[in-house]
Amino acid sequence: MLEVELPSRQHLCEVSIKIETPQMPPKPQSPPDPAASGPSAAPAPTLAASDVSKAFGSVAVLKSITLSFQPGEIHAIVGENGAGKTTFVKILAGMIEPTSGEIFFRGNRIEMATLRGMESLGVRFIHQELNLADDLTVLENIFLGREVAKGPFLDEATMRERGRKVLAQVGADVDLDAKVKDLRVSEKQLIEIARAIAQRATALILDEPTSVLTQREADRLFQIIQQFAESGAAIIYISHRLEEVKRLAHCITVLRDGHLIATRKAGEISPSEIVRLMVGRSLQDLFPKKNYNRDEKYVLEVRNLSVRGYVTNASFGLKKGEILGFAGLIGAGRTELFEGIMGLRSVSSGMIFKNGKRIKLSDYPKALRALCAVYLPEDRKGKGLVVSFDAQTNYSLLGLERFGAYFVNQRAERAAFKKAIERLQIKVPDRFMPVSRLSGGNQQKVVLAKVLATEPEIIVFDEPTRGIDVGTKAQIYHLIAAMAAEGRSCVVISSELLEIIGLCHRVIVMRASRIVASLEGDAIAEDEIMMYATGLKQAHSPFDQ
Amino acid sequence: MNSAQAVETKSDQRTQTGSNWRTVAKWAQTLGPLIALLLLVVIGVLLNPNFLSWNNLSNVLTRSAFIGIISVGGTFVIVTGQIDLSVGAMAAFIASLMIIVMNRLAQSGWPLPTALIAGMIGGLVVGLLAGVVNGLLATRGRIDSFIVTLGTMGIFRSLVTFMANGGTLTLDSGVREAYRPVFYDSWLNVPIPVWVLAIVVVIGTIVLTKTRFGRYCRAVGSNAEVAHYSAIRVSHIRVIAFVVQGFCVALATLLYVPRLGSASSSTGVLWELEAITAVVVGGTALRGGSGRVWGSIVGALILTLIGNILNLTSIISVYLNGAVQGIIILGAALLQRSSRTR
Repeated sequence: MLEVELPSRQHLCEVSIKIETPQMPPKPQSPPDPAASGPSAAPAPTLAASDVSKAFGSVAVLKSITLSFQPGEIHAIVGENGAGKTTFVKILAGMIEPTSGEIFFRGNRIEMATLRGMESLGVRFIHQELNLADDLTVLENIFLGREVAKGPFLDEATMRERGRKVLAQVGADVDLDAKVKDLRVSEKQLIEIARAIAQRATALILDEPTSVLTQREADRLFQIIQQFAESGAAIIYISHRLEEVKRLAHCITVLRDGHLIATRKAGEISPSEIVRLMVGRSLQDLFPKKNYNRDEKYVLEVRNLSVRGYVTNASFGLKKGEILGFAGLIGAGRTELFEGIMGLRSVSSGMIFKNGKRIKLSDYPKALRALCAVYLPEDRKGKGLVVSFDAQTNYSLLGLERFGAYFVNQRAERAAFKKAIERLQIKVPDRFMPVSRLSGGNQQKVVLAKVLATEPEIIVFDEPTRGIDVGTKAQIYHLIAAMAAEGRSCVVISSELLEIIGLCHRVIVMRASRIVASLEGDAIAEDEIMMYATGLKQAHSPFDQ
Repeated sequence: MNSAQAVETKSDQRTQTGSNWRTVAKWAQTLGPLIALLLLVVIGVLLNPNFLSWNNLSNVLTRSAFIGIISVGGTFVIVTGQIDLSVGAMAAFIASLMIIVMNRLAQSGWPLPTALIAGMIGGLVVGLLAGVVNGLLATRGRIDSFIVTLGTMGIFRSLVTFMANGGTLTLDSGVREAYRPVFYDSWLNVPIPVWVLAIVVVIGTIVLTKTRFGRYCRAVGSNAEVAHYSAIRVSHIRVIAFVVQGFCVALATLLYVPRLGSASSSTGVLWELEAITAVVVGGTALRGGSGRVWGSIVGALILTLIGNILNLTSIISVYLNGAVQGIIILGAALLQRSSRTR
């Protein structure tokens, strides 16, 4: 079904090594005109999408996207979580089928793009979750599915030779025979790219590749991406980190709520303008005013809490009516810290005080009672909702005993749920519909209703707005602010700095399992937080002991 | 905000058109077992006019009682996302212990009714304990319930052989006479086992649909992780489900012992598969998370009816009983699958 001829295997490995002799001009003289949508525009773009839409069940996530990617060009796609970035590139990579629209490769229309088909054209997708076979060696992974063979047998020597070259090229200092599961995440990422090079990718799609990397590792990655682009590959780069996008990309496309908002040359757009396009409104409208009646009383104090492998000696306090942000890179230990406090995960050492009284660490049901605290999990579908249950059953699952010790008073349950629906403006078209059929925003509101129904004094929101539309986000921000204004103490764990900065009265930064900073007032700024989060700035925090 | 709202209204409409289809699929899945049962009854009547006689019906119901009662417990275990393969061997084990205890007590001069009641209570306690053991191994021991009960199945089975010394344990004739009515007597013209079955079904249905425990069973079976994050003690729920199963097995065994009056290593063989089949045919998802007690009973009745009908007719050989049951299972599975496709 694919009309394009495959690159021959011989060709495949020879070219990829020589970056000095690119087949394409290193940087296209004229970056693509965003208005020229069709594949007919010359030169033929490596990949192009025409009028692509996608709906999951009833939820439309992409609406008529037309976009093309030129050889040698680094094209960044930015947008908030839930804007449709990942869905869009998955369609390009043939991993999911668009509801409507067409995909073109070098000007040829591709019918029924499949992952295999697109891979054979050299379109490689590097996931947020890396896609390597853990139990195979580095070498086996680099050539997985594209093994070099001599007759019926694998040509081990040739593959080794080429494998070594691509590893050197991406600057990965790993043993070809090491098992992938023994590598660090950053190394795995390099292996993915080495694989793309070895298999002579024509287009490379990277989905938030730096979310798990340190600054230095990220810099190295950027270099490799640039080199790879210069060799003529089209690079599609998804990120919501604007600084790195500005630095790396030739061209930036902004998606919002599934719509293509704008495509601009990187030099012609300022970060603040990107933010405005991403969010679709000014920040003042998105976040409620920060009103904080200073109350120095600590509701919750945590001392020297450790969770094996995730958190080392964390100490902090949470005040009454406060919104306390927890910033840091993914894997810094923020989620695990709070899972430890709530008894959802076993803790190796540490003490917890509620209103000055020591509380024994135990399991979640006990923590719920003793701390009067709830935890909103970051993973809505994996931890927050039983997706096959209806909204009401999900709503009442936490603290079901309030409707009866043994028998569930279903009338009281129904009444309470109706109230929650009204308060949070949850749209539930059919009482018995499983929540999997609700939109992301409504699902998140059901989880919120679920945790708030227990009338907690302390609420931990872990990534409260992941994967939902901007309108619902603003609603959730106002809800959190209202909770704090009622005198409840809120913790907001978030990887979206905008959210942390816009919402929180105080921000704690974690890095590599430790609390490294506590910021207040004007110190709550993107640069400052990122410096601590990445380790560029190491303060003597009052919490170090 | 405006565009977001527009999107949501649009998707709401689409959901409603989609839900029509869902209701049809759901309806077919819900009533499927009942329709199958009805169909079997019609076939039975066509083949033999005596089919609907009270004698035959009460016979079918009584025979269904064992598997029916066990499958009520099985529904709980399966809804929590586990499986119990040990029920057949457990039944044989409990039967052997009861026979030994009743015989000994009667021989040592206890009045017969007291000996019988002591034996029955002993049987129930052993059933509960067996459930606790299975449950703890599956939760604390972190072994998959399939493996746990595969292991305990072997243990129970070989303990029976050991206690019977490779042969058969038999109730003393006096004891058996006294015990007979529990199986053979009727109240209001309905055999005792059928009463017990009815009570178990009613209680099981109420527990699964109206209580916190029932709700938690479904949550744990649907997604244990979500249950954990909803402050549900997942392990407790799983253990209790096994205990419920153990109790049901013991109850079924109490009724079974007076019928045969003996127990050997071949007692209760393949009961576990019949019980699981009844549960699944009844519409409970084998992967856990949703289930219904009445369905399991319908499933048990379907299994018994197939045997009964094959006995009443000569069109299909009785030896093909298993094959017909297999077809029913596959049909049920197909029905479940079709309503799950997105």
